Amino acid sequence: MTQASPIWVTGVGLVSAAGEGRDAHRVATLAGAPPALDDTTYAPFAIHPGPALELDRQIPKKGDQRQMEPWQRLGTYAAGLALDDAGARGLVAEMDLIVAAGGGERDMALDESVVAALAPLAPAEAARKLNEMLAGGLRPTLFLAQLSNLLAGNISIVHGVTGASRTFMGEEQAGADAVRVAAARLAEGRGQAALVGGGFVASRWDLMILYHAGGLLRRAPGWAPVLDRATAPGAIPGTLGAFLVLETAEAARARGARGLARIMGVACEQARRDGADTSAMAAARAAARLDLPAGPLAVLSGATGIAGPVAAEREFLDGLGRKLAVRAAGNRLGWGVEATFPGSVALAALALADGRLPAAMGPGEDEFDGPLTDILVTGFAGWRGEALAHLRAIPAEDQP
Amino acid sequence: MNTTDHRGRPIVAVTGIGLVTPLGFGVATNWEALLAGRSGIRRITRFPTDHLRTTIAGTVDLPEEAEGAWLPSSERVRLMAQRAADEALAQSGLVAPFPGPLLLGMPPVELEWPARLRLAEATGEAAPSYKALTEAAAGRDELYRTTAFAGVGDRLAAHLGTRGAPIAISTACATGASAIQLGVEAIQRGETEAAIAIGADGTVQPESLIRFSLLSALSTRNEDPTAASRPFEKTRGGFVMSEGAACLVLESLAHATARGATILGIVRGCGEKSDSFHRTRSNPDGGAVIRAMRNAIEDAGLTPADISYVNAHGTGTPENDKMETFGMRAVFGNDAPPISSNKSMIGHTLSAAGAIEAAFSLLVIRDQMLPPTINHVEPDPAITLDVVPNVARPAKVSNVLSNSFGFGGQNVCLVLSGAPA
Repeated sequence: MTQASPIWVTGVGLVSAAGEGRDAHRVATLAGAPPALDDTTYAPFAIHPGPALELDRQIPKKGDQRQMEPWQRLGTYAAGLALDDAGARGLVAEMDLIVAAGGGERDMALDESVVAALAPLAPAEAARKLNEMLAGGLRPTLFLAQLSNLLAGNISIVHGVTGASRTFMGEEQAGADAVRVAAARLAEGRGQAALVGGGFVASRWDLMILYHAGGLLRRAPGWAPVLDRATAPGAIPGTLGAFLVLETAEAARARGARGLARIMGVACEQARRDGADTSAMAAARAAARLDLPAGPLAVLSGATGIAGPVAAEREFLDGLGRKLAVRAAGNRLGWGVEATFPGSVALAALALADGRLPAAMGPGEDEFDGPLTDILVTGFAGWRGEALAHLRAIPAEDQP
Repeated sequence: MNTTDHRGRPIVAVTGIGLVTPLGFGVATNWEALLAGRSGIRRITRFPTDHLRTTIAGTVDLPEEAEGAWLPSSERVRLMAQRAADEALAQSGLVAPFPGPLLLGMPPVELEWPARLRLAEATGEAAPSYKALTEAAAGRDELYRTTAFAGVGDRLAAHLGTRGAPIAISTACATGASAIQLGVEAIQRGETEAAIAIGADGTVQPESLIRFSLLSALSTRNEDPTAASRPFEKTRGGFVMSEGAACLVLESLAHATARGATILGIVRGCGEKSDSFHRTRSNPDGGAVIRAMRNAIEDAGLTPADISYVNAHGTGTPENDKMETFGMRAVFGNDAPPISSNKSMIGHTLSAAGAIEAAFSLLVIRDQMLPPTINHVEPDPAITLDVVPNVARPAKVSNVLSNSFGFGGQNVCLVLSGAPA
């Protein structure tokens, strides 16, 4: 095998409540205000809604748009933004694609009508009625819009990305493992470029029903910083499309593409989160596989606002025993589930490219006063998964 | 013994195999049935089939649901995966905690109707909205744990004691092969000495059946279930949905030999190529299917002439039969090796298929026996391949190519070979 190559982030595609694209996110993160919040439509829960998208700009065929539900359109759109940002359209034929996907939208009107029709029936009769209503009511195309791997399928169709294609499932950790595996494949010489990320639409009762069952959602009006939600803990879902273009440094330089940041390492663990195997211990195992520099450190945190993992992350960070400047992606993007980790990596890469961290926003986010050379990205998932990434600024002399 | 391959990577050995299919539990039971040409397809009895166009499937009846208890798909997937993994681990001689990660090929799971209806009942309303259902879900932690995508892997990882974060992967009908490929790659790049790769599916339930039915993908030959799956045959009419799981214990050859493990075979090569043509159909030029097959053969350091047998994707849809035949001819020319479809007997186990068929491919090499493609009554003049019709037969087999092609343009092929001399 070839010697492990440095891996660069050469493009990011971000769509969130803060807007779309690199510039909108730079402006928003430097302004230091929370993104748009809707706390009435899904009350008692709040969400960060996504911006209106001009889909034709990234998904030119109406037929393709019609074949997708919102989460696939969002992801496909953000993937296209990343390709454009990296100037990597010419690489798609052999580009790896790793998508972190959730489940697809359900037909909620059909579900509600079935629930109402079946309620008064005896079980055997209800089962027969269910078949009848689903066979007559399900749209054939909906299935393909629901299948988790069809976000990747649509990205292949719309953008022509046809190297390796893999779809990871598993909420936040799927996003982290997607970045880890994409970088590891490039580093060992399998391919020269990868597109990696995910898409999450917050405005979905069919997902909120699960997250609320798991006790993951903040149940309160208004907004509070993710690191300061003691009175009403929980995540505020935020619509988020987040894709990264990763390339080997040689390949990027050879085509004259500048890197935003270098990925030094990604490490994933998954604690049982019981007394014997805590989140903080798992994160410490992951950190031991990274080569973090000594001294004060900037942290781009994937904190959710959920009490347990937020406390575990604090314990882990305290254990690093150094001065830290934490910036929570959740304060800028909301909770993007599968897209969270790629979104955090994207914000970190932009910060390193610009040489400055997002403006501090409230408790837990201290000022940072050193040269910004390294960022630790954290991902303490709402339910399961602990992930870390180490990103480093690319010195001017290494750029093409 | 040389423990690295033609590219200098660690050779990846298989030291344990576990199987659950509609033909039964365990490798021995399955292999015997497969060589006997038995079908595992039957009428669905788990739920009423009124109003359904397809009323047959390859269902696996788990002891855990014997009393008519309803289990969500995620639990059925987990239980089948666990059975397969326990069998594979026992054979490998490794015990929990397992010294490597879990790579789990599984279907997407979601809240299913029985659970949704229970929430509806809990609201006390006659026609509850999603908002009311959501409020009723408060505090039902178990509901989240069995429906989160990370849930199945979390429980399996706890049972097996695997290291790190389990990865759940979905590449539609290529999922099982992708899980093996992820494990192989992790060992090849030195991330681990061993890995557990599983493909599992247990989604024969009304809504999934109807969804595939609406895509016109399923056979409706309900009157004679065992004859319904007819890959490569003139009267084919779609695939038969099925369930099952397979597990391979993967280990670097060096690690396996150092501990004196029995080597059941090796995963010699993996190839993939995605298609950008259409959500459910391959590009008519067959480019991606052909590239996936060639990539796997090349990754194995072989040429097409070295492949002794092909374990077909062989779903029995007109589209697959046409494209797979076309791909075979493009890759192998006039000297195409025999090809047969396990799905003629077990149906299409979807996310499990690639792993189950890789497991059978290793048994083909072990016993030098080709399983048949059953239900081969009326040959299709357009299919000129030797599909090992109806009856198993002995053959000299060194290397097997196992094909998996899925919706969304996902094509993954594996090359399985015997233990290095």
